[in-house]
Amino acid sequence: MRELLLCPPDFYGIEYEINPWMSRARGAEAALAQKQWKELYATLSKLDCKIHLVAPQPKLPDMVFTANAGLTVGRKFIPSNFRHQERAGEAPHFAKWMEEHGYEIRWLPDDLYFEGEGDALFGDDVLFCGYKFRSDIQSHRAVADMLGCLVISLELVDPRFYHLDTCFCSLPDGTAVWFPAAFDEYGQRAIREHVTELIEVLPEEAMHFSCNAVVIERDIVLSEGAPKLVATLRDHGYRCHQLPMSEFIKAGGACKCLTMFMPQRQ
Amino acid sequence: MFSETIELRGHIIDSLILPKVLDQILTHGANFKIGEIKIGKKRADQSFARIEVSAETTEALDELVLRLRQHGAEVAKRADAQLAQAPADGVFPREFYVTTNQQTFVRCDGKEIEVQPAMMDSAIAVDRKKHSARAVKFFDVSKGDEVVVGHQGIRVVPVQRSTSRTDLFQFINTTIDADEPKSAIIRELARELQRARRAKGKVAIVAGPAIVRTGAGEHLVRLIELRYVDRLFAGNSFAVYDVERALFGTSLGMNLDLAFARGGHENHMRAINAIREAGGISAAVQKKILTGGIMHACVRRHVDIVLTGSIRDEGPIPGVTIDVVEAQKVMREKLADVTHVLLLATIQHSLAVASMLAPTVKTVCVDIDPSAVERAVEHQPLQSIGLVTDVEPFLQELADCIADSGPVAAGDRKRQ
Repeated sequence: MRELLLCPPDFYGIEYEINPWMSRARGAEAALAQKQWKELYATLSKLDCKIHLVAPQPKLPDMVFTANAGLTVGRKFIPSNFRHQERAGEAPHFAKWMEEHGYEIRWLPDDLYFEGEGDALFGDDVLFCGYKFRSDIQSHRAVADMLGCLVISLELVDPRFYHLDTCFCSLPDGTAVWFPAAFDEYGQRAIREHVTELIEVLPEEAMHFSCNAVVIERDIVLSEGAPKLVATLRDHGYRCHQLPMSEFIKAGGACKCLTMFMPQRQ
Repeated sequence: MFSETIELRGHIIDSLILPKVLDQILTHGANFKIGEIKIGKKRADQSFARIEVSAETTEALDELVLRLRQHGAEVAKRADAQLAQAPADGVFPREFYVTTNQQTFVRCDGKEIEVQPAMMDSAIAVDRKKHSARAVKFFDVSKGDEVVVGHQGIRVVPVQRSTSRTDLFQFINTTIDADEPKSAIIRELARELQRARRAKGKVAIVAGPAIVRTGAGEHLVRLIELRYVDRLFAGNSFAVYDVERALFGTSLGMNLDLAFARGGHENHMRAINAIREAGGISAAVQKKILTGGIMHACVRRHVDIVLTGSIRDEGPIPGVTIDVVEAQKVMREKLADVTHVLLLATIQHSLAVASMLAPTVKTVCVDIDPSAVERAVEHQPLQSIGLVTDVEPFLQELADCIADSGPVAAGDRKRQ
């Protein structure tokens, strides 16, 4: 059974703008956000997983995006070093919670930006890591040192897909869903060399954060608005659970951003 | 060229970060040299690469390195050069660093200082208070001077081969053998000298006695009269041969028409005596004793004459520097701002001058002996042309080309 960490959206809102999706003028509807998050919680609860909740904190609206809390491998938790000051305050809360739940906290050097599972996703035994907008490539080396695994560093080139989990999602059978235009040509080649089969997402579907999916064995929880991808995934034998995520997409996140695996890998 | 050493670590092979960085260096018009590469053996092993990146300007280099840092490149830490005190006047500390004639930087207190001048076969004396470094010969060093020892903290920036097809020296950059055509090269050389004059370059001629003896002196006089010569480097004998030719029509007793002139063998000595009596070449010109020839043209056109002596000299005539250490100093001083050098039919003098040149000085060597040409041009590997030929037809054709093209100010007209 997979264990997941979520954070209720009690203090969620668009209170600053740190990616191209965010607009304080447009804002997010609090009630609708609550409804959408609860639907995600309910969907995940029905799957083979156990959900933990970290207490939301005032003035940390993006704490709801727990994927950026850090990276958990086995009993080790590597907390994020957020690039933006607006989110830096989340790190101690997540670290405290993880420590209280028996995880060994492994801090990265302060000067290396790293945004956790948002930019670090395993595919088999390879850890794919995104860099440039949020995480530094230097942090990848430090993570590789800590975990002793192969890390493939991928440059992200489209600011709308600023985290790896917005444009890449590995599946249990060695396949991965991706939006190639979010990567530079070297990143695209590196992915092709390390993933046996790639399912390409159309630009209009990528814009609905369809790559930002939570995969629990054969179940895939993703935002609605990607009929072609869903059809392809069903052909591959996956059950797709499509959820409305409009209020979180306004902040540049969706299902996967709202979820952190504990651990992502044993 | 300016360079910086960067290091890449991590899974740089599997992530294709190494090829990306190398490609970025090239697409930004810079170059790289991989100094060291260690590739991880097992899947999870990280790899390492040390790469020297060089670019045309410091700004271009800084901008490129900034970009490469985004991909994980780290600027390698550099160690300061090691210094030791000269144990006595004129003696370098053991293990002193021996310079090349390439642009050289020495790192002191974390900062790089350019060694001035770029002079081969020297040591480097560092003045930390003035934050300066100079290339020094034995006679320049005093007891207690701080001199660089070992290779640590030294960075040499060789002159890069240009891809320009307009730069004759870098495009040709070879030796033209005796059986190869030379007219096109000489024509191009004439244009290069014209460009140099317009760009306020300084042209030096290193002249051997064969110029006078083969009758090529009149062509050199034409070049001087057209103001294509700023400095003349020669030995005592060259000047004496020229004066003898001017005063008596012979050189070492021979003239152009007769194998031996009557009483010719005496002319050489009488020429020396005449100049000594006049008080030197300039004085001889002013007193109208010397009224023709190369030396006369040099005085008329205010060409700097740098005459140095040798053990076989007769005389010597006044104005010849006979102290070899002093001669080296004078020659270096007079070569400091020279941009173009023509080494003409004098192997020993050519080698001496070539060893003192900055690597950017464009050099042409003309000699009938192929080995002499090879030895002279090897000092300027990317800035030299060698021509294996008698100096007389060379000078004649060069002077003709330049004369045909008109005066310097007339522009870079092509010969019709």
